[in-house]
Amino acid sequence: MKITELVPPDMAVVEADGISMEISLALVEDVSVGDYVIVHTGFALEALDIGEAEKTLEMLRDISKSDE
Amino acid sequence: MNGNILKKLREPELIRRLCDRLSKLDVPEKVKIMEVCGTHTMAIHRMGLPPLLPPHIRLLSGPGCPVCVTPGSYLDTAFEMAGEYGITLVTFGDMMRVPGSKDTLSLLRSRGYAVEVVYSPMAALELALENPGRDFVFLAVGFETTAPAVAATVIAARRKNAGNFSILCSHKLVIPALEVLVDDPEAAVDGFMLPGHVSAVLGSEPYRFIPDKYSRACVITGFEPYDIVHGIFMLLAQIESGEFSVEIQYSRGVRPQGNERARECMFEVFTPVDTVWRGFGTIPGSGLAVADDFAGFDAGVRYPVKTEPFPEPEGCRCGEVLRGIIEPPDCPLFEAVCAPGNPVGPCMVSSEGTCAAFYRYSRSFDTR
Repeated sequence: MKITELVPPDMAVVEADGISMEISLALVEDVSVGDYVIVHTGFALEALDIGEAEKTLEMLRDISKSDE
Repeated sequence: MNGNILKKLREPELIRRLCDRLSKLDVPEKVKIMEVCGTHTMAIHRMGLPPLLPPHIRLLSGPGCPVCVTPGSYLDTAFEMAGEYGITLVTFGDMMRVPGSKDTLSLLRSRGYAVEVVYSPMAALELALENPGRDFVFLAVGFETTAPAVAATVIAARRKNAGNFSILCSHKLVIPALEVLVDDPEAAVDGFMLPGHVSAVLGSEPYRFIPDKYSRACVITGFEPYDIVHGIFMLLAQIESGEFSVEIQYSRGVRPQGNERARECMFEVFTPVDTVWRGFGTIPGSGLAVADDFAGFDAGVRYPVKTEPFPEPEGCRCGEVLRGIIEPPDCPLFEAVCAPGNPVGPCMVSSEGTCAAFYRYSRSFDTR
């Protein structure tokens, strides 16, 4: 989910697919507005690495194309 | 801008092509893969994956549903506490219809007991702070994805002096269960699809014993359909090459070192203990108990009750389903007696239970 607002000291508003909710950032560090995070039971668990997401997309495109 | 990549990953054409490639794979020998996460179980069945798999690949579900492996006596204990001390029980939604020996939380609520459903343990703490005249007990169930969140909540409760808030802790740890599974000759699998969000907390190191000592494939996998198909490709590649390791398919969410802050939080509030898993008996060091420093937030200490041993429902084979030894259709109760409208065992009740997944999505296929 995407962080749209920080709510000090340790909360944030996140949004995905039109749903918006307030979650705790107690378990993560150094996240900012615009970052994507994994959310579980109302807590951010980890920030998503968009660079890695791009690599995954590359790998999947390769797999889906290759002919044997 | 960043959201575009995530959208592109979800494009229907991509998953269509991936599934097509998967279904046409030539898998020379029988391969058994086990997933150990209720969210994977549901995602796999909901996307209709089992009938797409090429012959020779079997996907088994393991004990990945924390509700399913929680002993029935836990609920009986919660009911005793509510009855004897007049506390309000606060719970995640998927515990509401799990049968205790006589009752469910849902039935209790319909008879006038105070039971609240929350999505987050923080919401349980908020209820306690807003209602100082009542005592609240949060039913803390879940693996390492949830335990750090509950720990953070207990720490916040102490900071805010929430004397009317406590937890009944039944958290469990995934690694000790994997140690039992990988050692069990009856459940012999070639590879494990490892849980994405538990691994976001743990990292990849703790699973190393699986490839290093037992020569099985391991891939930490995400939950989107493309993640699951990708994970299967990666597992098959390891199995084919005979070179086993812990790979991270879900690299956008899981770092090899995991989330140290979440782990620190978890072990500040909890200590590992031996605990009973439904279907497995006692697994050493596989559970979490509230640490002495936080005893004031331990409902087991504050509201002692006597709980009778829990009689397993007759004919229920949840234990064998959880160990991947049988599949839901092998249980004589499946469908005929045990169905989502009238669940006998936890594998059918839980929103992530293997039998619930099978019933809802895979009944019309013979996946064996």
